[in-house]
Amino acid sequence: MAEAVAREPSSAQRFADAGFRRLCQIFAGATLALVVFIVLRIALSAGPAVREHGLSFLTDTIWDPNKGRYSILPEIWGTLYTSILALALGTLFGVAAAIFLAEGFLGQLVYATLKALKLHLRPVWSTLPARTEDVLRNLVELLAAFPSVVYGLWGLFVVIPTIRPLCNWLHSHMDWIPLFNTPLAGPGVLPAVIVLSIMILPTITAIGRHALVSVPAKLRMAAYGLGATRWETILGVLLPTASRGIFGGVVLAFGRALGETMALAMLVGNANQIRLSLFSPANTLAALLANNFPEAGPKQVAVLMYAALVLLFITLLVNVAGAILVQRAALRAEGGR
Amino acid sequence: MTSLPTPTANPLVDVNLGELERSLQRPRTLLNALLDLLVTAMTVLALIPLFSVVWMLAVRGGKKLSAAALTQLPPAPLEAGGGFGNALLGTLVIVGLATLGTVPFGILNAVYLAQAKPEDRLATGVRFAAKVLTGFPSILAGVFAYGAVVLVTGGFSALAGAVALSILMLPVIVLTAEDAIRAVPARMKEAAIGMGANEAQTAWMVLLPTALPGILTGVMLAIARAAGETAPLIFTALFSNYWLASHGHLALMQPTASLAVLIYNFAGMPFDNQIELAWAAALVLVLIVLALNIAGQGLSRRLPE
Amino acid sequence: MAEAISNQQQPSELVMDCQIKELWYGSFKAVRDTHIPIRKNAITAFIGPSGCGKSTVLRCLNRMNDLVRGFRFEGHVHFRGRDIYARSIDPVAVRRYIGMVFQQPNPFATSIFNNVAFGLRLNGFKGEKAPRVEEALRRAALWDEVKDKLSKSGLSLSGGQQQRLCIARAIATEPAVLLMDEPCSALDPIATRKIEELMLELKQRYTIAIVTHNLQQALRVADRTGFLYVDTTQGGRTGYLVEFGDSKQIFEAPREKYTQEYIRGTFS
Repeated sequence: MAEAVAREPSSAQRFADAGFRRLCQIFAGATLALVVFIVLRIALSAGPAVREHGLSFLTDTIWDPNKGRYSILPEIWGTLYTSILALALGTLFGVAAAIFLAEGFLGQLVYATLKALKLHLRPVWSTLPARTEDVLRNLVELLAAFPSVVYGLWGLFVVIPTIRPLCNWLHSHMDWIPLFNTPLAGPGVLPAVIVLSIMILPTITAIGRHALVSVPAKLRMAAYGLGATRWETILGVLLPTASRGIFGGVVLAFGRALGETMALAMLVGNANQIRLSLFSPANTLAALLANNFPEAGPKQVAVLMYAALVLLFITLLVNVAGAILVQRAALRAEGGR
Repeated sequence: MTSLPTPTANPLVDVNLGELERSLQRPRTLLNALLDLLVTAMTVLALIPLFSVVWMLAVRGGKKLSAAALTQLPPAPLEAGGGFGNALLGTLVIVGLATLGTVPFGILNAVYLAQAKPEDRLATGVRFAAKVLTGFPSILAGVFAYGAVVLVTGGFSALAGAVALSILMLPVIVLTAEDAIRAVPARMKEAAIGMGANEAQTAWMVLLPTALPGILTGVMLAIARAAGETAPLIFTALFSNYWLASHGHLALMQPTASLAVLIYNFAGMPFDNQIELAWAAALVLVLIVLALNIAGQGLSRRLPE
Repeated sequence: MAEAISNQQQPSELVMDCQIKELWYGSFKAVRDTHIPIRKNAITAFIGPSGCGKSTVLRCLNRMNDLVRGFRFEGHVHFRGRDIYARSIDPVAVRRYIGMVFQQPNPFATSIFNNVAFGLRLNGFKGEKAPRVEEALRRAALWDEVKDKLSKSGLSLSGGQQQRLCIARAIATEPAVLLMDEPCSALDPIATRKIEELMLELKQRYTIAIVTHNLQQALRVADRTGFLYVDTTQGGRTGYLVEFGDSKQIFEAPREKYTQEYIRGTFS
């Protein structure tokens, strides 16, 4: 068995090597080309409509296919109104959940329970606090796993019936407040906002928790060492330090909210109007596209492509900003150790 | 400089250090306890929807879930019975097509990115493009596929739907696969090179096999996401009340039903039968998505030491 | 730079001849004026303080330095009569004939069998792999310990076993030269001992060049030893060969002053 196995790479191997490397490079270029192609394709299809309607498309409020008049200001308003409200609600609860997870409240509760039952020193129970924390974190992430259309279904049959009594009470007693000055007939801004905020909450909680946990331990020690209470530490030290990362998560969540389609198409009411009332139906860019594309004739397609271009522009801006923010915050956290 | 006053009080006895016991009567402690309560309540509130959705799926969806529902065609309005068998098949076919197109393409992309030098501009551009695609609204993927496939081929089809889903799957696969390949220890790569492996051989014989669990996780997460998408399919694959396969072959260039679009369509109908079927279909869809998510994450937990 | 050829031994055939005029990493001159002959069926050791370029010189022998950015090389390394740094030479081909064992054991994340068979697959070996895998594992003194678990992961072995696995992997293709870069520095004394015994057996069949910071190890296993030291006279830290010769002579009667000081332990 002395004959040597080692030999020069065969020409087949050399060819395969060069070919493989070239193929990978071509595929990588193709991905880049794809993104460019997507933007161009939409922009080109939108061309005729841009030329015909110009910028008034963005500032008028009439949508009348019969008269050939199209404009999307109500949709732009609806997209921003619902997204910003959902962002506010989602951030409030999302940051609260992030704090709850980062501070380990549940684990401490479980440990306190074990202690009360005098079981806390038994090895078999020792991992329970940590494991309940894991379960909780996974539960929050599970919220993100549900498809959008399932949330729409749930919103239609659970959220709307549940909030309708309260909303109509608010309308009948407090309709001098612009937010309440229409009744809730069914789909509307508020149900959409509630469901949308649930959908973006996991993003904020996950990124927020990570940002809080990444705050160097020595800062927390310093605060406690000075006699701060837990909440004085959280509000005075941890949140400010983690704020940049949390903000990045918020921006990313905002980008998600802006692009969200199905839950909104099913819940927002698809009415081309601008109202402040939380109970009135409205429309968003994504929902407009979802509802109109299936039956669109060639002229309408161009108009819809124009709307798609606007949506693309808005979401691109927000997503790129969010990605940069999250990256900067991560770099900072690592530099501070 | 004035001299310091000589202390006259004995700190241990004379100075009042304050009560050391914890008491809710003190404002700071009370505030703490209230905030503890508030944040706990808010977290519980945030989780209520989760349980509500699961409850509704199990109860209303489970009611109508049966072998018949999984194998029959959708019922007409006011018709009883029926199912979403064609939609289930349609989802499998469309997602399967998208997976076939994206996985090899995405993995080779990732190989290029992982082996590229830091100053390689193509690599930087591709990574940026992938990150841009990550946040791409799913409806716009459908819009693009409409313009690029439906208008070109003259009709709605499973293929168009697959193209739309591919756009959403691609960034997930590329980015997770690149991470998985980069995570292969550098010394293994050095060992392969030391044995006289060229770049392709190093990738095929060492990098890809070692990174496989991580890559598969990314693939499964991408599939889970694609399976649940509705917006990209509404005007690319559209919908159909018939089976995709007939006379022994798959019709890929016809409008095709899918679970997600079925749920959307039926949810808006004023017929109880359709609404119940929508819930059952939602249950099946969520089970599929969950199974893929869990399988994917389970894979990455079994990574090599 | 003194080279002593012992009168008692017939010098065996020269397998590699390494002549480094200058070696740069970017603007950092790492090595200069080093000439090392590698003789067949002998163990040649490079010793010297840290940072003197011993690993760099070793890696020149199989063109592993090509992987470092900014690497520039003036000189030549002859192997089988050809300069492996000639433009027409494919470094991948060079590494097929000159194997390497690294400081940290680095088996692949696959079975023990596949680890050893890796080189066979790479070189397109069409015969029965199992007998050759067994033979390589026997020569690496690992067969008895793993023969019942060839399908288990290479990473499940202990550190010393992993290093012997890497040796088995390297010798399975019968390379002309085996380079070992501080192969025992990550191992405990017992594992080190095993590998040193292994080296003495392997040299009957293979040609070995080893870098070590352990003087006793060089004395135990090496036939010829080269001592490298750092030249700081021109502002940088450039390694160069101070003395080369039979190990016995280097350790018992070193000629150069720096060699004497190093052997005696004035600096490490």
